[in-house]
Amino acid sequence: MNNSSPSPQSASSGSDAALAHVVDIRVLLGVFAVLMVLTTITVSVSYFDFGALNLFVAISVATMKAALVALYFMHLRYDNLFYAFVLLVGVAFLGLFLSITMLDSVEYHPGVEAWQERTQ
Amino acid sequence: MTESHPSDEKPNDGGCKAPHVAHHFDSAQQQYDSAKLGMWIFLLTEVLFFSGLFCFYAVYRANNPQVFVDGHHFLNTPLGAFNTVVLIFSSLTMALAVRAAQLDRNRSVVCLLAVTILCGLTFMVVKGVEYKQKWDHHMVPGQTRIAHWFSDENTQSPPKKFQPDVQYVREHLEEAGHADLDDEELAQRIDNLRSYMGIYFALTGLHALHVIIGVGVLCVVLIMAIRGRFGSHRFTPVDMTGLYWHLVDLIWIYVFPLLYLIP
Repeated sequence: MNNSSPSPQSASSGSDAALAHVVDIRVLLGVFAVLMVLTTITVSVSYFDFGALNLFVAISVATMKAALVALYFMHLRYDNLFYAFVLLVGVAFLGLFLSITMLDSVEYHPGVEAWQERTQ
Repeated sequence: MTESHPSDEKPNDGGCKAPHVAHHFDSAQQQYDSAKLGMWIFLLTEVLFFSGLFCFYAVYRANNPQVFVDGHHFLNTPLGAFNTVVLIFSSLTMALAVRAAQLDRNRSVVCLLAVTILCGLTFMVVKGVEYKQKWDHHMVPGQTRIAHWFSDENTQSPPKKFQPDVQYVREHLEEAGHADLDDEELAQRIDNLRSYMGIYFALTGLHALHVIIGVGVLCVVLIMAIRGRFGSHRFTPVDMTGLYWHLVDLIWIYVFPLLYLIP
């Protein structure tokens, strides 16, 4: 499945071809550093109120972190694209599940607006 | 790396395959790719498994934002942030362990797996401290029931209502800027808190279960590493456990801001 997939001969002889890409240690440490920075950002940003943008900011930062973990720690960037496709199928169905369920939630919004008016 | 493995005793398919390749695979590469595809499909089911709770969260938060604004004051954000760092660090050591296995550095594999396990245990201890704080303030939904099961006095049925420490709730909400609550409002807030704590324990509890399972699997892999079972051509167990461990980290990356970080 990899580009570097060895021929039967090379596999039989004990083989020098690697089964999977070895990630450079500087890349792993760099990704960890970026993840720490993003964690600091998401925690410090939570002390400010951006109104309706709050959830958007939190989810965006979390998605950036998740993408880094999936691409580098989980090797998706170096692997066959099909594994990434499998993960994205999961995410797509999560989105479908959420959006169809949320269609109904708008029905209750008058109650939410009443609460927001009371607290302001 | 083939010397010490027990399957060396088996006939070697006329010498055309490495001894650790099962007879139904053409090559080590095919065997490795099959394991990885299977693991990714399992991770897909895990995403869908958690998606039920995330869906519950989304609908509940859209309809009842006040529940989340009130509730998050009762979580310990510094401990949650500490756990996030611990879990991301353990993901790093896990990725380094896979790398070390690929490079035939068995001693490093053992050390890095041990560090990963220690991080997992640290996460669980901190989680335990957080749960204990909730328990001490009677903020666990169903707590009176649970306490009743484990008590010696089985004479009368326990009260069913969620009854947190009212004084504690009032003080905490006042600190958060909700001063001068009358009794009726406070009762409403406590009702909100029960819903929030239900979501909190469901999400973090399911995640903690995954951490416990991950630590268990990591211990098995650690024993295999100590016995020298891994090398540059046979590191599938380390790699697959790593993928699972990263997914657990990935889910926490979403759970942490959704529960703890609500402005």
